[in-house]
Amino acid sequence: MKSVIPREVETLWTLFTAPTVWALHFIVCYVVMAIYCAKPGIYGLGFNDFRWGLVVFTLLALGFIVFAGYLAWRQWGFGSDDPPHDAATGQDRRLFQGFATLLLSGLSFVAVIYTAIPLIILAECQT
Amino acid sequence: MCDDRLTGRSRPTRSPVNCRLPLAVLLSGLGLSSCTGVQSALDPAGSEAEAVATLFWAMVAGGGVIWLIVVGAVIYASRLKKKPMSESGASRVIFFGGVAFPVVVLAFLLAYAVWLMPAMRPWFGGEGEGLRRIEVTAEQYWWRVRYLDSTGAVVRETANEVHMPVGERVLFLLKAKDVIHSFWIPSIGGKMDAIPGRTNALQLEATRPGTYRGVCAEFCGTAHALMAFSVQALEPEAFEDWLAARPGEVPVASVEPVASGQPRGLNLFLRHGCGSCHAISGTPADGALGPDLTAFGSRPTVAAGTLPNTPENLARFIQYPDAIKPGVRMPGFAMLPAADVSAIALYLKGLE
Repeated sequence: MKSVIPREVETLWTLFTAPTVWALHFIVCYVVMAIYCAKPGIYGLGFNDFRWGLVVFTLLALGFIVFAGYLAWRQWGFGSDDPPHDAATGQDRRLFQGFATLLLSGLSFVAVIYTAIPLIILAECQT
Repeated sequence: MCDDRLTGRSRPTRSPVNCRLPLAVLLSGLGLSSCTGVQSALDPAGSEAEAVATLFWAMVAGGGVIWLIVVGAVIYASRLKKKPMSESGASRVIFFGGVAFPVVVLAFLLAYAVWLMPAMRPWFGGEGEGLRRIEVTAEQYWWRVRYLDSTGAVVRETANEVHMPVGERVLFLLKAKDVIHSFWIPSIGGKMDAIPGRTNALQLEATRPGTYRGVCAEFCGTAHALMAFSVQALEPEAFEDWLAARPGEVPVASVEPVASGQPRGLNLFLRHGCGSCHAISGTPADGALGPDLTAFGSRPTVAAGTLPNTPENLARFIQYPDAIKPGVRMPGFAMLPAADVSAIALYLKGLE
């Protein structure tokens, strides 16, 4: 079966996909709220509009991380082989990278949720 | 009220018993007795401090439970369980104990702390319109305190002492003259930085009348640790009386004989130029550089919470301010005759 996303990706960059989404989400949340709190009513939007916008952005980020995690799971062979994948073979290198990417995706997923918790609870800018 | 407790510093004028203070403090630090006092966030006298204390105890209780679970697991694994676990069982322990449990617990603690934040740092109505305003300017190494009316005019100015009504939310406008300081009354609420060129707003509400101690909580120079202030939380009527009192308009209750219509101490105070930096309401002294000394005698401490307010300590500070407070801007007046310094000290102590 031909896959849309190539199965053989010989690059380390996929490892950082989920943490990169986490970092972007963090920056966007903080910058957007900092701008709103410094300039209330900017673009004629209220606090809750920004809040909802960031909630949607959070869901998109979580979806992207889940997708990256799925690709990592696939690279890991869906858990067909147990860690530690420490043999000096191309196969083990791929499995190791897949497993590491999967763990990082899990960490990033939790981190994005933690970043978003204040969005749900705080309803005002602090002066 | 005990002046010694407000100063937190041992000095020669103290009784020999106090030489054992460091040891006593060390020992009391081991017990819960150190959780009470004029400067304790765990003995709250304000609504914000109560929220802080609640969060602290919730975290301590949660941390204690987790500690018991971890230590219990260690004892179980090392002492009670004889045979090794299966690999899949161990993986489950790692996943649930090492991943799922901390993630859920931290999420709840984070949500709880964020949920408590409005109680610790209220921002009702944004800028705190309609609240009583007290402007506090932090300077190396003392606090200028101005009570403002609704139009922003200064009703009363003092230094190194804050009076606030109980049961009323007060808006502190925090400013700094030179470097970054931080205004903190642990018994009443959280701290906030005072930053040059900015006005930071901090709302506090005292819930229990009493005398408390506030400090500078951001290192600001050599005498940073000697930059404290006393806080009097008064019943609303008592606060209004205090605010309405105009100390300068009534004759000063000086213990010194009056010569040429003025107390001798005031004469000396003016002749030696003290009035170019210090103001005393109702006298020609109107300097604005240093702390306002109006009603100085009623303050519990000398030199911003450094020494108990006695004529002897005051005389010593006038002569050797830098020895008591390193880096203080006030020059020493050791060249004055001792009798003159005592007269000035007695005069200031008599200002009520």
